[in-house]
Amino acid sequence: MTRRTLADYGLPLVVFAALAVVPELSFKIPKLFDQPISSPGTLQLLAACVLFGALALTYDIQFGFTGLLSFGHALYIAIGVYISNIAITEWHWNFWVAILFTMAVAFVLATVLGFVSMRVSGIAFAMVTLAFAQAGAVLALKDPHHWTHGEEGLGADYTKLPHAFVGILNTKNLYWLALVFLAVVFFIVRWAVESSPGRVWQAIRENELRVEVLGMRPHLYKLQAFVLSSVLAAAGGIVYMLLYNGSTLGVTEPNFTLTLLLMVVIGGAGSRWGAVLGGILYTYLNDRFVAVGSSSTVEGLPHALRTPLSQPLFLLGVIFILIVFFLPGGIAGIAARGRPSGLRRLEEAIRPDHTLTAPPEEA
Amino acid sequence: MSTFLLLTITGLGLGAMYFLIASGLSLIYGLMGVLNFAHGAFITVGGYAAWWSEVHLFGGVHSAWPRFLLAALTGLVIGGVFAALVELVLIRPLYNRHIEQVLVTVGLSIAFVALVQGIWGPDAKTLAVPVWLHATTTIAGAHIPNDRWIEIATAAVVLGLLQLFLRRTRYGLIIRAGVENRAMVTALGIDVRKAFTLVFAIGGIAAAVAGVLGGVYFNVVGPEQGTSLLIFAFIVVVIGGLGSIGGSAVAAMVVGLTQQYVNYYASSGVGDMIVVLLLGLVLLISPRGLVGAFSS
Repeated sequence: MTRRTLADYGLPLVVFAALAVVPELSFKIPKLFDQPISSPGTLQLLAACVLFGALALTYDIQFGFTGLLSFGHALYIAIGVYISNIAITEWHWNFWVAILFTMAVAFVLATVLGFVSMRVSGIAFAMVTLAFAQAGAVLALKDPHHWTHGEEGLGADYTKLPHAFVGILNTKNLYWLALVFLAVVFFIVRWAVESSPGRVWQAIRENELRVEVLGMRPHLYKLQAFVLSSVLAAAGGIVYMLLYNGSTLGVTEPNFTLTLLLMVVIGGAGSRWGAVLGGILYTYLNDRFVAVGSSSTVEGLPHALRTPLSQPLFLLGVIFILIVFFLPGGIAGIAARGRPSGLRRLEEAIRPDHTLTAPPEEA
Repeated sequence: MSTFLLLTITGLGLGAMYFLIASGLSLIYGLMGVLNFAHGAFITVGGYAAWWSEVHLFGGVHSAWPRFLLAALTGLVIGGVFAALVELVLIRPLYNRHIEQVLVTVGLSIAFVALVQGIWGPDAKTLAVPVWLHATTTIAGAHIPNDRWIEIATAAVVLGLLQLFLRRTRYGLIIRAGVENRAMVTALGIDVRKAFTLVFAIGGIAAAVAGVLGGVYFNVVGPEQGTSLLIFAFIVVVIGGLGSIGGSAVAAMVVGLTQQYVNYYASSGVGDMIVVLLLGLVLLISPRGLVGAFSS
């Protein structure tokens, strides 16, 4: 093995192997977790952290690596969460057939909607993807066919699920499932980004016009990145459905995409480790801030301080704004001293598109 | 027929709110290239300021109309000031870094909703309004809630004032020129950044008015109301053509009416979907929106 491939495969493999033994650790880490690591509660949180690390990475394929600012990534996660569950629980399909069907739906929908949204670029693309996601959210809420059960949510029919993923004692299997998913996404992204289309994605991020002048069709490549990112997101949605035993409307809401955006930016856009780290850290903090907010230290504070401190999203929103201002490369950007990283590399990709602005009205 | 009339007026009332939000978004985008996600926060500020001042400041005012109008006025003043502060403190330091500006407004919208929930709780607050607004007027057999007239009239007045401001004043001229070509305006020695704060303040006032009217229309002001109105305002802005006030006005009416008709005649929720399909269709035919379609 050359040193390059050692760094490329060796380090991630060591990290994933280390993460894989986590469910076997039975000791407590005070302050960080309330319960022993191997307890189902802690493992559920850790599984969520790992899963969101992977979901953030799927979002980073289009955002950080290709420069597509989508506000509709939640739509594809929701496809995974809902279609798989509806097929199993409402239509009584076989688990594996349901998964294949879900992936096919995600692929077709991402191709069609991606094609339409890419009629516009930059900020307008963001708005259009947001609108499509909103249509999905309305559909899940109004539930015309009585499939999603609207605000009640749809609990999964556990008799149809593989037994290894059912029940509280199997939480560690779910953790491993999330970890395998993260590893798969990580290596797919590594391979895709280093492949020749992947290099074109990054070229589009840096300067789309130049790619076009070189005789390539940026649209085709952008669509490729969008579809890959969306299909992986749907796969993550299936893991999400298993982890939370069903589907609820939270995953369809526009704010869900925004949280992915927060994760990626906090970790470092356009960096594999950055996105994963951002997802893990965000999910962990979101959970811990709830505990901190209701702790006795905070309870004792004056009202004006206590209110903001008891709102995890307020704290995370403020952290995010501070990172945008002072650390545009995110956490990963700390290592990239001097070189432009993270948001700084996206300036060209997501600039306002003046061909889009309405022409001046006649006075 | 009477149902149709009721749907039409209600659709126009809803469209009026969309227009109030979209006009500010559209001006801000046209001039600065910023997709302002914090616009939802401006809506919420307007609504909550009106509710809060009605309870705490003007509780002593006994007749309903002056109390409501004072509260509404407070709402829009605070909305405008808040928006101007957001521009000065959060947007201006990131001058010309568009992606960062957009992200900061995203962060602000998330943090702000959480803060409002933290302070006043997740439940919506009832906005007390004069009884007349919730009474109905009967026209051609249709019982139309009176607040619809106020919404439509307010949007019409705001549209008129905006057009007057943009066409008849020096600052309006600078803004229109800036939307067309900002670099040239700067090259002529005009400090276009003052205009940035101004469009934010104007957009904030218009959004706050929408927040107050939303409180009248829905009876309540809630922490997430702004965000849900904002999404349809985005659709209106894209359909109308970014940067065009006239386009936004037409698109707002189209979207409001379509939503009402289809939600009633087909089934609830279908109207929202049709509006999204309409957006897809407009983009396929003319990526520059309605204004682009008619002027080329």
